[in-house]
Amino acid sequence: MTPSILAQDPTLADFGRDPWWLVLGKIVFAFAFGLLATLLGVWFERRVVGYMQVRPGPNQVGPFGLLQTLADGLKMAFKEDILPKAADKVVYFFAPTISVICAVTALSVVPFGPMVSIFGHHTPLQVTDVPVAVLLLLACSSMGVYGIVLGGWASGSTYPLLGGLRSSAQMISYEVAMGLSIVAVFMTAGTMSTSGIVAKQAHGTQLSIGGFDLPAPGWYAILLLPSFIIFFIATVGETNRAPFDLPEAESELVAGFMTEYSSLKFALFMLSEYVAMVTMSAVTTTLFLGGWRAPWPITIWEGANSGWWPMLWFFGKVIALVFVFVWLRGTLPRLRYDQFMRLGWKVLLPINLVWILVLSGLRSIEDWDSRSKVIAVGIPAGILLIATIFWPSRKPKPKPTTQEQVDNRPYGSFPLPPMDLQVPPSPRITRVVAEREPANIVAGSDSREV
Amino acid sequence: MTTSTVLAAAGEVSGGEEVTFWILAPLALIGGIGMVAARNAVHSALWLVLTMLCLGVFYVLQAGPFIGMVQIIVYTGAIMMLFLFVLMLVGRDSTDSLIETLRGQRVAAIVLGLGFAGLVGGALYRALEGTTAVGLEQANAEGNVQGIARLLFTKYVFAFELTSALLITAAVGAMVLAHIERRKQDKVDQVSTMRARFAPGNYPGPKPGPGVFATSSSVATPARLPDGRLSERSTPDILPVRELTAQETTLKGTDR
Repeated sequence: MTPSILAQDPTLADFGRDPWWLVLGKIVFAFAFGLLATLLGVWFERRVVGYMQVRPGPNQVGPFGLLQTLADGLKMAFKEDILPKAADKVVYFFAPTISVICAVTALSVVPFGPMVSIFGHHTPLQVTDVPVAVLLLLACSSMGVYGIVLGGWASGSTYPLLGGLRSSAQMISYEVAMGLSIVAVFMTAGTMSTSGIVAKQAHGTQLSIGGFDLPAPGWYAILLLPSFIIFFIATVGETNRAPFDLPEAESELVAGFMTEYSSLKFALFMLSEYVAMVTMSAVTTTLFLGGWRAPWPITIWEGANSGWWPMLWFFGKVIALVFVFVWLRGTLPRLRYDQFMRLGWKVLLPINLVWILVLSGLRSIEDWDSRSKVIAVGIPAGILLIATIFWPSRKPKPKPTTQEQVDNRPYGSFPLPPMDLQVPPSPRITRVVAEREPANIVAGSDSREV
Repeated sequence: MTTSTVLAAAGEVSGGEEVTFWILAPLALIGGIGMVAARNAVHSALWLVLTMLCLGVFYVLQAGPFIGMVQIIVYTGAIMMLFLFVLMLVGRDSTDSLIETLRGQRVAAIVLGLGFAGLVGGALYRALEGTTAVGLEQANAEGNVQGIARLLFTKYVFAFELTSALLITAAVGAMVLAHIERRKQDKVDQVSTMRARFAPGNYPGPKPGPGVFATSSSVATPARLPDGRLSERSTPDILPVRELTAQETTLKGTDR
């Protein structure tokens, strides 16, 4: 037994040593996690949105309506599977499966926990890990676009085609922002393997600013806050969730790329959407929220980060993120397509690039002595400050008032009614009230609503 | 398992690698043939996607996990998606007809293709003739990603930057050709439209119809304004405004 196996944090060397039954078990577990998360996720979303909209949500099937999704799924399976006449049959059939496969595959590199002992085998709670695990996640999400695009195209109908094209444009645009936010994580962690990234978030680094040693928190969500925010926004765009659910904007495209789908194929698309949501939450947890590591107050307890407990913290974080997804859906209205694209390309992308530049600058001066550090940070900061102070003001002139606008109109303009035109009260109103009042008094009613 | 294949696929060929190769190599070949043979352009693109995916897995098997993943993300995920975009927008009925418009293009294509393959193979052979391979262990000594990063940012940084400059130039050129920038002054919002409408010299109401208060219902007959003048705005620009002659305005006898 190598000493690395005894350690809590799995390293890359710990993977690929499991017997076949353990590998199979892990794969089945990850798959089951995806399916169960969908089953419960749909229920969770409907209940939470119901609570936010002051209505009960599904509460009839099973305790708390927990089995509602199961009932829906069964119903869906027994529905008629319609194949449109204009559909491209093979592609139409394969599109939903591509979606699901890509969504589920991403779960294979998500670390669920540290090294545990299963029937005498010390093994990490993770299906596998590779040196480029995060790139595998990106590849899965970029291949997932194919399912949607091909589904839209193969339906042989206009709305699905437009929905599919929209969705692919959206996912490709937001993948760029997402990939750039991950770059900051790579630079800080120095590795692309998911278990390595989780291990790097274990302990806060010591920041020494001007001689003072400040303990910095370990979570990249705090350390790399801009990246985290952009990553999460991009995640919402990537999973086609509200407020970025333009591909299935009901008011514009009926149901987007799934308009022509029915029965199990539709169920597969639905499944892939929810699995993608859970996967993205899990990835966000892994990259930015310390993975399976316990959050601060629990870490006081020594055994919080060993054994099977971390799985609980992991699920807790994932559920919290899924809740944020649902919360966003319950709160925000859908964006217009051009606003959405502008946000992706003109806001998220430039901010991300500048942030990466700043971050790499900070990292490259990390080893310098404090005096050159102050100079290196101070000069650009000073230039920036001076530039902002002396930047020519672009404040627009105050808008002229209505009266000024009226006075400035050229001679011969169209006549206008007076600006302070007040409609005199109709004399009839008072008469009606006066007639009614004695009637109310006679009736002796308490409510004298006039 | 995957990791061990990725990390230790240096010298000998492991069983897993062989199995993966013999499954994926025929698939890659089928993808290539399918791409050429498929009638439908979108099907062609999908066959190409299959080949590219197989290639990506091959790179991973050959201890190049980074290049494998990048192959899948960039080529399959982004570039082929753009191809699909264009193909789908062109229309799903754009099936190739088998009638050749250029005579002998197939033979020419095959000959040229073989010639090109020979050239590339010959060039590679000549280039690699004297060199001895370092071996994957040494190339991947500090990690695959780190090794590529070191080479990209030291030895090949100029070539890398040059490529990116080329791509940016192409992108900017395409935008200049295709994009129409509307200047700020040219944009008309609702307020300025209304201001122009009610400005002096412009009549804000709808144009009067021809023949109003006129003695004839001809399109060429201008409307009469309440003060008796003729309104030129009531007739189409291409028609000359004319007063009707006395003969024309007299009753035609239809009222009898």
